[in-house]
Amino acid sequence: MKRLHALNAIYPRLQEHVVVTIMGAVAAELQSIGHRPNFFYLQHAMGLASSMGLGIALVKPERQVIVLDGDGSVLMNLGGLTTLARYRPKNLLHIVFDNESLLSVGGFPTATSTGSDLAGIAKAAGVPRTMTVKTLPEFAASVDEALSAGVLTTIVAKVEAVGPSAFVTDLGLLENRFQFQRYLTRGSDDNPGTTR
Amino acid sequence: MSPVSTAHSRLIYEALKASGIRLVSALPETWLVHLIRMAEDDPEMILVRLAKEEEGVGISAGAHLAGVKSAMLMQNHGLLASINGIVSCAQLYRIPLLMLISHRGEFGERDPWQTEGGAVTEEILRSLRIPFVYLDRADHVAHRIAKGQTLALSSNKPVALLLCRDLMWEDS
Repeated sequence: MKRLHALNAIYPRLQEHVVVTIMGAVAAELQSIGHRPNFFYLQHAMGLASSMGLGIALVKPERQVIVLDGDGSVLMNLGGLTTLARYRPKNLLHIVFDNESLLSVGGFPTATSTGSDLAGIAKAAGVPRTMTVKTLPEFAASVDEALSAGVLTTIVAKVEAVGPSAFVTDLGLLENRFQFQRYLTRGSDDNPGTTR
Repeated sequence: MSPVSTAHSRLIYEALKASGIRLVSALPETWLVHLIRMAEDDPEMILVRLAKEEEGVGISAGAHLAGVKSAMLMQNHGLLASINGIVSCAQLYRIPLLMLISHRGEFGERDPWQTEGGAVTEEILRSLRIPFVYLDRADHVAHRIAKGQTLALSSNKPVALLLCRDLMWEDS
């Protein structure tokens, strides 16, 4: 399964929800399909995309949050899985694209290439629903099921270690950040994006 | 009975509430125990217990973008453990971050293992260009926290308040 195809398959779902991604191929590929104001790309701070998703999910329980994570990033914040599991927000779906490598810095293999099982680690951390999927139909179905289950879910999607030729896009980091904030606080009485 | 001051912890907590803080992330440390309990007992506060302090930067960033004011409670060693998140999330993305940092290892420190962290804390904050003030007396707690939050929000940047022994410890 290619990550780009996986993103294409779930794009209609992503359009409807609050999405936080990691840096690199995931961010560039999602933008190549189509950027939206409800998409935020954390272009550094490896490991913290899931923590950001948790922060949003806890303060916006009425919104579904989807985090698009990667094996290298999750491995940098394994403790964060225990925090996700501790608060287990029903409105958080954690998708990990596992290409068993640090693709954007030259494809060096991560520990998932030598047997570390991120779905197993998430399960042992206490995440109530976890699974590993390897095919596109399995992946699309697992996302739909997770969104209707209403239970914190980590889906590890095994993908090929291929990505876009370039990672820098024409969307400015701060442009993305303020647009996303405005989207999230739209209609709120306390809107830090526009009034203070 | 712990010699950590309940009364001064209460002052700090009330100042956070008065500044509109609705989410607190924390990793336990001796000086912070009362503050964490106060957050835990407060139905208006979301308390997020962390495995490592750097997670709190991401959680605060998410909360801020979603319109909720937050604060981080940590030891100065937690600041050291959070530096990449502070630089590559909070500073890169202009996230206001109100950090309350227990300033272990300053004059009067009895625990040998705290002494290295105390010696580098201020220089680390300066090199990160994070404005900071000391909380070492009860009479300035409320207005320093309020002003710190004001600066964090107006600058969209991290701000630190160093919780000092003279304020936090009853027999200091």
